[in-house]
Amino acid sequence: MKMKKAVSAILVAAMAVTLMAGCGSKADSGSDKAADSGSESGSVFKIGAIGPVTGGAAVYGEAVKNGAELAVKEINDAGGIGGVQVELKYEDDEHDPEKAVNAYNTLKDWGMHALLGTVTSAPCVAVGEVAQTDNTFMLTPSGTAVECVQYDNAFRVCFSDPMQGLESAKYIGEKGLAKKVAAIYDSSDVYSTGIYEAFVKEAENQDFEIVAAEAFTAEAKTDFSVQLQKAKDAGAELVFLPFYYTEASLVLKQAAGMNFSPIFFGCDGMDGILAVEGFDVNLANNLMFMSPFTPTSEDETIQKFVKDYDEAYGQTPNQFAADAYDGIYAIKAAMETGEVTADMSPSDVCDAMKEAMVEISIDGVTAKGLTWEASGEPSKEPMVVKIEDGDYAVVE
Amino acid sequence: MSFISYLINGISLGSVYAIIALGYTMVYGIAKMLNFAHGDVIMIGAYVVMTAIAGAGLSPLLAVLLAIIFCTILGVVIESVAYRPLLNAASSLAVLITAIGVSYLLQNLALLIFGANTKSFSSVVPAPALVLAGGNLTISGETMVTIASCIVIMVGLTLFIKKSKAGQAMLAVSEDKGAAQLMGVNVNGTIALTFAIGSALAAVAGVLLCSAYPSLTPYTGAMPGIKAFVAAVFGGIGSIPGALIGGILLGVIEIFGKAYISSQMADAIVFGVLIIVLIVKPTGILGKNIQEKV
Amino acid sequence: MKKMSKTTKNNMVTYLMVIVIFIVVQLLVSTGNVSSLLQGLLVPLCAYIILAVSLNLTVGILGELSLGHAGFMCVGAFTSAFFSKCMVETIPVTGLRYFLALLIGAAAAGICGILIGIPVLRLKGDYLAIVTLAFGEIIKNIVNVLFIGRDENGFHFSTKDSLSLGLEDGGKVIVNGPQGITGTPKDSTFVIGVILILITLFIVLNLMHSRSGRAIMAIRDNRIAAESVGINITKYKLMAFSISAALAGVAGVIYAHNLATLTAQPKNFGYNMSIMILVFVVLGGIGNMRGSILAAIILTLLPELLRALSDYRMLIYAVVLIVMMLFNWSPKAIEWREKYSAKFRRKKNNSAKEAA
Repeated sequence: MKMKKAVSAILVAAMAVTLMAGCGSKADSGSDKAADSGSESGSVFKIGAIGPVTGGAAVYGEAVKNGAELAVKEINDAGGIGGVQVELKYEDDEHDPEKAVNAYNTLKDWGMHALLGTVTSAPCVAVGEVAQTDNTFMLTPSGTAVECVQYDNAFRVCFSDPMQGLESAKYIGEKGLAKKVAAIYDSSDVYSTGIYEAFVKEAENQDFEIVAAEAFTAEAKTDFSVQLQKAKDAGAELVFLPFYYTEASLVLKQAAGMNFSPIFFGCDGMDGILAVEGFDVNLANNLMFMSPFTPTSEDETIQKFVKDYDEAYGQTPNQFAADAYDGIYAIKAAMETGEVTADMSPSDVCDAMKEAMVEISIDGVTAKGLTWEASGEPSKEPMVVKIEDGDYAVVE
Repeated sequence: MSFISYLINGISLGSVYAIIALGYTMVYGIAKMLNFAHGDVIMIGAYVVMTAIAGAGLSPLLAVLLAIIFCTILGVVIESVAYRPLLNAASSLAVLITAIGVSYLLQNLALLIFGANTKSFSSVVPAPALVLAGGNLTISGETMVTIASCIVIMVGLTLFIKKSKAGQAMLAVSEDKGAAQLMGVNVNGTIALTFAIGSALAAVAGVLLCSAYPSLTPYTGAMPGIKAFVAAVFGGIGSIPGALIGGILLGVIEIFGKAYISSQMADAIVFGVLIIVLIVKPTGILGKNIQEKV
Repeated sequence: MKKMSKTTKNNMVTYLMVIVIFIVVQLLVSTGNVSSLLQGLLVPLCAYIILAVSLNLTVGILGELSLGHAGFMCVGAFTSAFFSKCMVETIPVTGLRYFLALLIGAAAAGICGILIGIPVLRLKGDYLAIVTLAFGEIIKNIVNVLFIGRDENGFHFSTKDSLSLGLEDGGKVIVNGPQGITGTPKDSTFVIGVILILITLFIVLNLMHSRSGRAIMAIRDNRIAAESVGINITKYKLMAFSISAALAGVAGVIYAHNLATLTAQPKNFGYNMSIMILVFVVLGGIGNMRGSILAAIILTLLPELLRALSDYRMLIYAVVLIVMMLFNWSPKAIEWREKYSAKFRRKKNNSAKEAA
């Protein structure tokens, strides 16, 4: 009994400390709110961003963070948005819808004007619901699920899942890449199943046959020998891999180990495979994937972006970083077109920006003349990239 | 032919589980605790090898040795700082929760040091692949080395426990801590030694795991760790041959489940078989059934 | 007041603590002193508190280690979200719909508890732990391959993908495999959450001090002795286990009706979550309901309040967890604390004597 008392005493003490800490942050947010309505407020635009920087999906959130930071820095160096400086605050959501809502609320307390996020799909849908209630403008760099932009305040920079699946199937069919196609997908992942389903649907209209469709789950994503063996036994000439490059690098290695060399075809998640440290790039030769962004493009904007990114973070940017970079510029353009000022409430900002979103056009790193529809979808053409001699090359 | 190929892949995957399960089973047998951080020691071992080869330019063999030494020290430090104060705590759950804390700590340390980016682990196995049956069956070098190491470790460990004094002390501590202490066995020292061996094995497992499946992130160790834990229970936790049998069975069931039943339900199949085994034989395949006394 | 037994008084303190916290929070909210972050955390906190209390029933009172508690939460969450999504148009009254969802979630999780409990509770200790972990993972895996759609011909099921449901035009996919259920009505509120916490406490505390509860604790303390005095081991074990599961289902209902999207990921319904709940229980003190509540509050708030530390947040969380465990459980630390508090008490007594 004595011990129990001691335990509870300590717990109460610990709680008091946490509560005090809570009060501290509360006080901060209170003053922010005051500042918003006050006179000296209009000094800065506050852009919030949400994505995972810890946990299994951290790599995507990290790239978005870097890309967004780079864009904000450039904008600030060039004088900000309409002469007003921009402040970016990035919050971690651990790829968990619940934590993402917490992150959103943290940013709301901070006084965010517009949100770049969230990075991953399921958290994005959860945040979308809350953001819609609050009427906060959100632009997800990479939330691909259809529901991510179901409300009028939400837009995205990337392609949606069904569109990627559809375009991939069309491309394979129209170019006559193969007659027998196998698909391997992550059945525990929203992105992967979304693309896979659209792919299968469109495959019916195309001149090829799906001979094997094998899944894997987040709990068993190291060994792909079974899925590859089945594809091989079915005589597949092309294997469709709608998932991220982390797992794809394993698939390629294991396929090489069993002397299976069909055409491998991926989606935008495949981008970045050559940047994996220690990866034998020869394994990826002849790998094709659909991507809006290639770091080796001759384009001046892209070259500058790649160079600056490398200087700042010592890496080649992937598609997530590129989407985030364009996302920040899209927010800038929409703020300017919508004539948003920093003393407006987030809801007014949202109303102005969602009207402006369909009017703007930006020349970004993921597309030239990128525009948006009111539905939230971007209008841009996917490119097919092929890896040749350890480097990316755009296929016409 | 694909059947044989599935079988070999299953045994290869199972051998990795088995080596990891050994660490679990030894620590459990002696300290009666589930070391949830074991999987993360594997991940640390793999990072050490990678850094030693890519960063310091060491030869693969030296790098593996370095990783073994590093993980051994890490294991002993974790044991003495985080686990030993709790070994006599009122509930055995206390040390379990601390182990979870250590697991979070190692994952987040790795995240800070090495970053979230996936690193491709270049295989340290020099052996070439074996091509049989006119190219229809390929056995990779990694598979052969993994299976061979698993057998060598198993034999070595069994001999060590049967023949050496320290091994006998381990047996004594696992049977009865109090009695062992009365007989002059250094209980704390023996537990520390167990952690040292378990962690050294974790380093080896890390190298083999990442050579066969070359993608390394701070979370690489977590899932194989849990699977190996399942394997250890499968075979009868506390038993060394049990870990081998449990590990290999688990690997084979996982691969066969994926191949012949459903690739989406592979986990459910593995865990389902585990439940059936435990219901039929409640202490695992080779576990001892100790009669409870009043 | 004096007539109350010690246990009743002790229970009253627990209820009172929840009510006081509730009133304080409500006051702060109504005066606009609570940040959006904390407001957003209130409902999940209620879910976590119920989870911690219900797991404490299994771990503390029944004395069995369960690593699959999140699985029951998952069952409660998905069945209730499925019900609510189907019934949004049929039952427009939020209160009634939510009440029915609660019953369905709790019943489904409770039935799962019985089904799993019958074979599993024969096992002991760590073997029981691993089998519960296995069941939790199986539940999550099944939910991830489950596709349910509805059109004018009724419900369609599939375990492959949403295309093989063969829905007519205008049919809707309700459970979409890994994408789970999206668009569950946001019916959970803080007030309902607190009421449910009080009901949970009432159930668990009353069970503890009832005849059945004493039988359960007798099994925990000495199974053979309990058996020899004629206690039906299976019945009481199953009773505690299934009540615990049903309460976890209630927590799942709260969780599911707070977020627009419900997916079964390793993070929210996998063994990670089960372990997280176990951490609440052990840190707060095994068998100590008040401790579970406080530990759930602290450990849920901690990572959110550490946000300012950005990259170091989860690292510090891990360190704090280890230190708290060592401080609360290490025999040496307990000895030290007792010595210190005894000294303190003696001083207090001395000064009281002097004053007299």
